[in-house]
Amino acid sequence: MSTLDAATIKKQFPLLLREINGLPLVYLDSANSSQKPQSVIDSMTTFMEQSYAPINRSAYHLAAAATDAFEGAREKVQRFINARRAHEVVFTKNATEALNLVAYSWGRANLSSGDVVLLTHMEHHANIVPWQMLAQDKGIVLRWVPLTADGQLDLTTLPELLAGAKVFGFTAMSNVMGTITPVQQLCAAAHKAGAIAVVDACQYVPHNVTDVQAWGADFIAFSSHKMCGPSGIGVLWGREELLQAMPPFLGGGNMILDVRLDGFTCAELPAKFEAGTPPITEAVGLGAAIDFLTDLGMANVRQHEIEVASYAMRTLRERFGDDITLHGPTNVEVRGATFSLAFRGIHPHDLSQVLDQRNVCVRAGHHCAKPLMRELGVNATARASFYLYNDTADVDTLADALDSASDIFGS
Amino acid sequence: MPGLEDLYREIILDHHRTPRNRGELPPPAAHAVGHNPLCGDEIDVYLQVENDIVKDVKVGGQGCSISQSSASMMSQAIKGKKLPEVRALVRRFKGMMSIPDEDGNPIEPDPSVKLGDLEALQGVVKYPVRIKCATLSWNTLLEALAQS
Repeated sequence: MSTLDAATIKKQFPLLLREINGLPLVYLDSANSSQKPQSVIDSMTTFMEQSYAPINRSAYHLAAAATDAFEGAREKVQRFINARRAHEVVFTKNATEALNLVAYSWGRANLSSGDVVLLTHMEHHANIVPWQMLAQDKGIVLRWVPLTADGQLDLTTLPELLAGAKVFGFTAMSNVMGTITPVQQLCAAAHKAGAIAVVDACQYVPHNVTDVQAWGADFIAFSSHKMCGPSGIGVLWGREELLQAMPPFLGGGNMILDVRLDGFTCAELPAKFEAGTPPITEAVGLGAAIDFLTDLGMANVRQHEIEVASYAMRTLRERFGDDITLHGPTNVEVRGATFSLAFRGIHPHDLSQVLDQRNVCVRAGHHCAKPLMRELGVNATARASFYLYNDTADVDTLADALDSASDIFGS
Repeated sequence: MPGLEDLYREIILDHHRTPRNRGELPPPAAHAVGHNPLCGDEIDVYLQVENDIVKDVKVGGQGCSISQSSASMMSQAIKGKKLPEVRALVRRFKGMMSIPDEDGNPIEPDPSVKLGDLEALQGVVKYPVRIKCATLSWNTLLEALAQS
């Protein structure tokens, strides 16, 4: 008996109840983007129908109430990740923008030619390219933590790699292999070497209990749309002292205290990093998503996904043996329920096309992690990622659909 | 599996299993690399042109059944052809894939250009995401032609 009743949960997601060509939908692409529960949809609709107004700049009652709703969402995020202060939570467009903000704002102010930024071979492009852009502009040097054969970080040379580094940027959970990294240990190692720890928590936050203080992180980034919330809003959390000392990112309205012809004065946190009208309705939706997840309990979500991941690994291996490769760790303690797979030599694109015939939605491609693809020796993988609304029956459907791919490709 | 017969025609699967003209050509043959940024597939087209005739063509790289079979059939279709014929074939094929011309207008099929086996790829149009797979080698061919 599972910790969560996925069947009951699924009923709260209108889209998951859809049938296409008379078959139910088996949505296994939540690492890409998650579906939305009714409560999130309703919160946004109700807000737009009854409460929508600009925030932070008008005195009328409606605007003040909208501001409260927006700031209420920030406080929900604060509690959800156990941040010390609500104003350490900066709303961005998505996790990608949050990581760009760190590289651009903190990076430009604190890094110069020859400074070292340590990243890992399993990063998403969002935690690679901003640093590469900085390398082009400022001449910083990038180093890379390699991987073990089972898709974990190979930390044997970490002290050497960290020597002299100013930044250690790493993912808390691989979007390709589901690998969960030892964030607390990595943050401590970064600090010991005098580096700040920048954690890409985009895949981690939707699936696990997150405690930025226990981690000892300096910055973390994540997106609403992967955690049952709407797209268009993400979060950068940063330690107050660091955010205070950083120059602003984008300039414009809302981020200033004063503008004169000869210059400007920045607003206080978090407005300093929130130029222009923010995603207001989306913040309300994110707040509702956090309520939804909190009601379920993130420890229960994690436990449920451990059960589904264990069942998936067991089932796929029993049915297909060596015909299937599941990239990443086999130990569920250090992995989530995201599986990149190779199956009987069938190209991922073809595989996903055939799975789609059974409404099994998986992503085929490089998953915005081309350096990792090269490490794995593949151009692409098919990725099945499970979430709180998936259950073991979805694993069985996936396995049946995989079988039918063999029928076409005769392998 | 019902529904996919139009996409995965037997001739496509045959070219996928047994791709023709696989390999490389040494310089001075032209060499272009095409990328499908969506899926990470890469394709190499090597083109040896002599007296405005495609003397030899080889295809390398990795890809799905659609991109690989399209490249394989393309290599067969252009080998020994004159360059104007090759360009006309590219145009005809792109037209079949519903890709507009440089001005954004639909490409009218030219009945004098024979597609042969390539007609098997017609079903791809029903799967818009896969059009990029089918045209990857053709765009790469155009780059190689520009070098020749």
